[in-house]
Amino acid sequence: MDGIKGRVWLFGDDVDTDVILPGKYLVLTDPKDLAKHALEGLVPGFADKIKPGDIIIAGKNFGCGSSREHAPLALKHAGVGAIIAKSFSRIFFRNAINIGLPVVISKDARERVGEGETVTIDLEGGAVIKSNGEMIPTESYPDFLLKMLMDGGLLQSLKKRFEKVEKK
Amino acid sequence: MGMTISEKILARASGNEAVHPGEYVVCRIDLAMIHDLTGPLTLKVLKEVGYERPWDADKVVIILDHQVPANSTVTAQLHKDLREYAKKYSIKNYHEVGRQGVCHQILAEQYVKPGMLVVGADSHTCTLGALGAFATGIGSTEMASVYLTGEMWFRVPQTIRCDLKNKLRDGVSSKDVILNIIGTLGVDGGLYCAAEFTGGGVGSLSVDSRLTMCNMAIEMGGKTGIINPDKRTLEYTGVKEAPLKSDPDAEYYRTLEVDLATLEPQVAMPHSVDNVKPICEAGNVIADQVFIGSCTNGRLEDLEAAAKILSGRKVSPNTRLIVIPASQRIYLEAEERGYLRTFIQAGGVVCNPNCGPCLGGHMGILADGENCISTSNRNFIGRMGSTAAKVYLASPQTAAATAIEGRLADPRKYMRG
Repeated sequence: MDGIKGRVWLFGDDVDTDVILPGKYLVLTDPKDLAKHALEGLVPGFADKIKPGDIIIAGKNFGCGSSREHAPLALKHAGVGAIIAKSFSRIFFRNAINIGLPVVISKDARERVGEGETVTIDLEGGAVIKSNGEMIPTESYPDFLLKMLMDGGLLQSLKKRFEKVEKK
Repeated sequence: MGMTISEKILARASGNEAVHPGEYVVCRIDLAMIHDLTGPLTLKVLKEVGYERPWDADKVVIILDHQVPANSTVTAQLHKDLREYAKKYSIKNYHEVGRQGVCHQILAEQYVKPGMLVVGADSHTCTLGALGAFATGIGSTEMASVYLTGEMWFRVPQTIRCDLKNKLRDGVSSKDVILNIIGTLGVDGGLYCAAEFTGGGVGSLSVDSRLTMCNMAIEMGGKTGIINPDKRTLEYTGVKEAPLKSDPDAEYYRTLEVDLATLEPQVAMPHSVDNVKPICEAGNVIADQVFIGSCTNGRLEDLEAAAKILSGRKVSPNTRLIVIPASQRIYLEAEERGYLRTFIQAGGVVCNPNCGPCLGGHMGILADGENCISTSNRNFIGRMGSTAAKVYLASPQTAAATAIEGRLADPRKYMRG
């Protein structure tokens, strides 16, 4: 898998799921509809401003609050290629991996990368690479989670596992 | 080295004699709940997998609670999809409109027992830890996986101990305790941790009060709130014994002491749950709306506390009061005890059990520039509707006093012997 390359949007600490996807949209189930409202609570019109593959770099506790999978789904389908943060709320972290949206923990990226810069994420190598070649280390995943992410998420693993069950 | 109750439950559910914080384990799930906002996404994933049958129809629970009764054709369809899924797979634990309530309250009343491993597609599933269970919120795809396999991976959490000493004074409640703790630890102070409430102070609190505290463990990033079962737990859950408890020599990541006897009513100011102040420092806050209800504070004890304050008094002409019991059982009991009458006579509105204004999806939505003093659990930007509205979190007592005065008010002056 090649690195994930994208233009950076910077965010602060504690970006919660209500600003990522406000509660009034939770009745929507089509990711395309959810995507239109991504981060609406914080950056009005974000869905129109983002380019496919853009990368979010945030502070601590990204995705805190609700268990709504609608939040990472909205970001993914709006075009977010990956999220790097100092830390993630645990439910958001699991949800993102489950739907195949790369989430990367880096203590330093928020301070060392500027808004609008282009960076590349090397998931397996555990680094964020700036355009000048500077490497910023990221936390490594347990093997099974990295594999799940590389495979495209939990849905893909389930599909594989239950293909055979269905045929019986 | 001993184990905490969380470690013991995860060890039991993963078939291990012992587990340690940081370890990854795969556990068998005892109970898995979905509701009308997260459940439809789970069903969508199951459809995509091409296999929908739950691993054990008796261990899944489906509860309509966020948009009840349905308020649009879109919502009506979501309810219909869940209803048909339940029927197709003979899921008897399906809670139809009129036989439901806020999902966590229904799980507490009817399903959860000490020692169970519970997952729910809702972040406030941690509420159920108050009954000595390990209970945590998960997403919809994760839930689809649980529905199909009956298992899920966990990273064994470290445990933060919140040691409660002495007893609360009149007008102060367990909501004030948990707000105070979150104010101290911060919204990520318990990230990935179990928050275990211990000490004599916990023993003095009712099960209703304990559910309120564990409910908000997620607001400091916690994986579960949890309380070792005691006599009150056994009585509430109707079981004879609950063998899984923390060992005296269990290891804690951090211990926080809270003296209940000196605690004052607390308020979480906008827009963060850890922006907590004692009420005397909260300043002059106009209340356009007051909400008493939710999985945090919609229980009988909460309605009783609010009704005592509002009895014989009127809601300020400058504000509006919305009261929503957390379940049909509570709704009926509150009716029999006259609390609902008190709220209505005071000039408030009483709605059927549902999540209400808490997440801004159904009723009690705020307009630009409005303030709501709420007994719910989140005050994020836009949580109750407008991104230009403000939500202040407080206890049912504080909410009731606020409804009378039309501005944030200390409930202690309304205490009557």
